[in-house]
Amino acid sequence: MEWDDQGILLATRPHGEGAVVATLLTRNHGRHSGLVAGGRSPRLRGALEPGSLLAARWRGRLAEHLGHFTLEPVKGYAALFFDAAARLAALSSACALVDSALADHEPHPALFDGLLALFDLLDGPAWAEAYVRWEVGLLAELGFGLDLDRCAVSGANDYLAYVSPRTGRAVTASVGEPYRDRLLPLPDFLAGRGGGGPAEVMSGLKLTGHFLQRGLLNGSLPPARVRLQERYANAVARGDQIG
Amino acid sequence: MRAPMIGSEIERLIQLLSKLPGLGPRSARRAALHLIKRRDSLLVPLSEAMALAGESVRACSVCGNLDSRDPCAVCADHSRDRSIICVVEDAGDLWALERTRAFRGTYHVLGGLLSALQGVGPDDLNLDSLATRAADPAVREVILALNATVDGQTTAHVVTDRLAEADVSVSRLAHGVPIGGELDYLDDGTLTAALRARRPL
Repeated sequence: MEWDDQGILLATRPHGEGAVVATLLTRNHGRHSGLVAGGRSPRLRGALEPGSLLAARWRGRLAEHLGHFTLEPVKGYAALFFDAAARLAALSSACALVDSALADHEPHPALFDGLLALFDLLDGPAWAEAYVRWEVGLLAELGFGLDLDRCAVSGANDYLAYVSPRTGRAVTASVGEPYRDRLLPLPDFLAGRGGGGPAEVMSGLKLTGHFLQRGLLNGSLPPARVRLQERYANAVARGDQIG
Repeated sequence: MRAPMIGSEIERLIQLLSKLPGLGPRSARRAALHLIKRRDSLLVPLSEAMALAGESVRACSVCGNLDSRDPCAVCADHSRDRSIICVVEDAGDLWALERTRAFRGTYHVLGGLLSALQGVGPDDLNLDSLATRAADPAVREVILALNATVDGQTTAHVVTDRLAEADVSVSRLAHGVPIGGELDYLDDGTLTAALRARRPL
């Protein structure tokens, strides 16, 4: 078997002395792994960083086999964020989440395009809001979408302010107020009221983190996602500019 | 059943040699044969040197470098500039920087990089002793000489956070065009990093 596709590198692990096993999110073949001969050589090492967009050719005798990748670099994103701790953490987190949450060989072209769009937005001013929106999209793509359009109790859609941690459905401020300790705050920018900013992003990360942990990842977030939330929370607490 | 072609001692030697970097079973067999043919000039001195290294080489209690004395030769050298600490991933990186003879400060070996895949977290790195060393008022600068990879730079940011309390400036190695590098052959990430780190001539 042989196919050509584009792929975003999610992770690599060393294999022997010169090779690596690379895991890619490909556009048409989903999350797919393969052996890359010479993957630790000076020529390829720089291209095999999480987030790199690669032209991939996979060869294997059967689809279930590990097979071999031949990879050509198309665009690298990680180096853009080496000096921006939180953005680099967001890129690592997105790759780790996709690597942890997706089943092998299940195509998700929308997720592939969404991840590339996220990497482009990470270089912009509203990167953190874009990241939270991307996690909401990841949940939806994998069947754990949040219902943020109308109130689960009254059906109204004016001033949705909370989300039920059990059902993932939004409720309005007036309906949710008596139960606010048990509900998750819904950030304004996810409720379609614009806004954003560090505090809102923190609420968003807590909201999506809860459902990622509960629905997709069997109880534990990848360390890279945990580090992103910690880094963001610390920067908000210190009042630092978040780069 | 056929008797084994070689004795278990040679078999074990081949097996152990094949675990060394760069050697597989076939090259380990050649290396073993080479050693045995040069018993007095190579095999015995090598085994003695290895036994001695196994007994005496330890991680330096100050910086984490590998040496047969503690503190290591670098830490014990009083001519070095103790106001600068260069942080590296492992002893191999320290030795690489020493070969350049471009740095006369002291070092600190982290013992790895943060890696989700290999299960290495901040608690697994030699960070507490670095924070203690950096708190010394004599220390002015910490240079992070870590790999230009996602793991390397993520670790660099964690080290920077850990040193926030200390009164030191934290810098890192430059990223960009390597000596002898041709722009046409460089990847986008390196070129972008080089453009962003440009400086006036």
